[in-house]
Amino acid sequence: MRPTLWQRMDTMARHLVPFVLTLMLILLAATPTHLPGMVRVGPMLSLIGVYYWAVYRPDLMGYGSAFSLGLFEDILTGAPLGSGALMLLITTSIVVSQYKFFNGKSFAVTWWAFALVGLIAAGTKWLAVSLIYGLSADLQTVAVEYLLTLALYPVLGWLLARAQLYLIKDA
Amino acid sequence: MKQSTVALNRLGALKGVMQRFALLALVGASFALMLLGKADTVLVERVRTTVADSVAPVLDVLSRPAASLAAGVEAVRGLTDLYEENQRLLEENQRLLRWQMVARKLEAENEALRSLQNFRPEPGASFVSARVVADTGGAFAHSLLVLGGSSDGIRKGQAVMTGEGVVGRVAETGLRTSRVLLITDINSRIPVMVGEGRQRAILAGENTDRPRLIYLPANAGVVPGDLVATSGAAGAFPQGLPVGVVASVEDGVVRVAPYVQRDRLEIVQAVDYGLNGILPGEALE
Repeated sequence: MRPTLWQRMDTMARHLVPFVLTLMLILLAATPTHLPGMVRVGPMLSLIGVYYWAVYRPDLMGYGSAFSLGLFEDILTGAPLGSGALMLLITTSIVVSQYKFFNGKSFAVTWWAFALVGLIAAGTKWLAVSLIYGLSADLQTVAVEYLLTLALYPVLGWLLARAQLYLIKDA
Repeated sequence: MKQSTVALNRLGALKGVMQRFALLALVGASFALMLLGKADTVLVERVRTTVADSVAPVLDVLSRPAASLAAGVEAVRGLTDLYEENQRLLEENQRLLRWQMVARKLEAENEALRSLQNFRPEPGASFVSARVVADTGGAFAHSLLVLGGSSDGIRKGQAVMTGEGVVGRVAETGLRTSRVLLITDINSRIPVMVGEGRQRAILAGENTDRPRLIYLPANAGVVPGDLVATSGAAGAFPQGLPVGVVASVEDGVVRVAPYVQRDRLEIVQAVDYGLNGILPGEALE
């Protein structure tokens, strides 16, 4: 039976969920929290979003989405254009190339893999920014941000899993 | 049946090739954007301001609960040390009253001397207050997005202040939002003077919370605790705006602790001193 117009629109909207949620994470990361110390380091929420969806719904988080999300983040935060885009592209490409490894793995394993993928991705951005400015960006800050992101992954991953369960289902 | 699987396989292979091509093209595009951003064209800036303008309403909504949550936490924290705070304020008030007397005396003296010298007063300043809706810290950029743009009278190059001191300067203005480049950002360079000797130097950000002083004479004799204020050189900022204090002097590297507390920034003021800044007139448009 051919799906009706409404059904198709519904599916389309559900397929947009990963992109929109990651977009919201980027906006959330830019919101001033007024927490002491949190202005100097912020977790890389976009990295978590893109990684999660690339692992669990690679069909809904392609290279194009990762690139445009990264570019949006660069524009919003004032970071050098293209550096965030490159970081998220690298993330997606690693996950996509290792899809056999990620298939059906437990949460703990994907978290452990996130530590590796995130390290490479954050390192890439650090290198790109350092090259652009011709001056090594503060490695300590990047390290703290990376650890913060790693610590936040289980919580955010759980929330994203809820979103996947209720908003996307099998669409 | 066999034919269709062959076709499917071919389709799959083609899709793989296309994907790989897309990845390469997008990585290439990232590098191209890095070069384009480095060239700092008008186009890049226009794109940045347009995007900031369009997401401003969302950021505005998001930043409100965050601000009220922070205010709540602050209120509870304030209650616990009310007594100590009161004692401290009483002492501070007494000290300030003494300073007020000194200041009044100096003001009168200044007035009298100026009238003797036929001194031309500096033009008065006008300011626009704007709410901070996005604050990006970290290793890669230090900037704020504020809710106020060219339609509110904020212009590129204006000094941005709070009651505590200099925050930064307006780097980009859209219609409704502006980007403030903080003094700690790697792209920030501000002419300052240091200590009682009023040594001239440039305060250069490094994307850390302690910017450093460069072009400071070797025999400047700067020590931790020296005050840092804008020097007014090059007409970018007026003279004497408070910036911070010297935090450390190690191996000739002088670092400054800004007065402004980043995590408390809620409302900032873009101040128009009628100065044109370092940039030529047309670049400000």
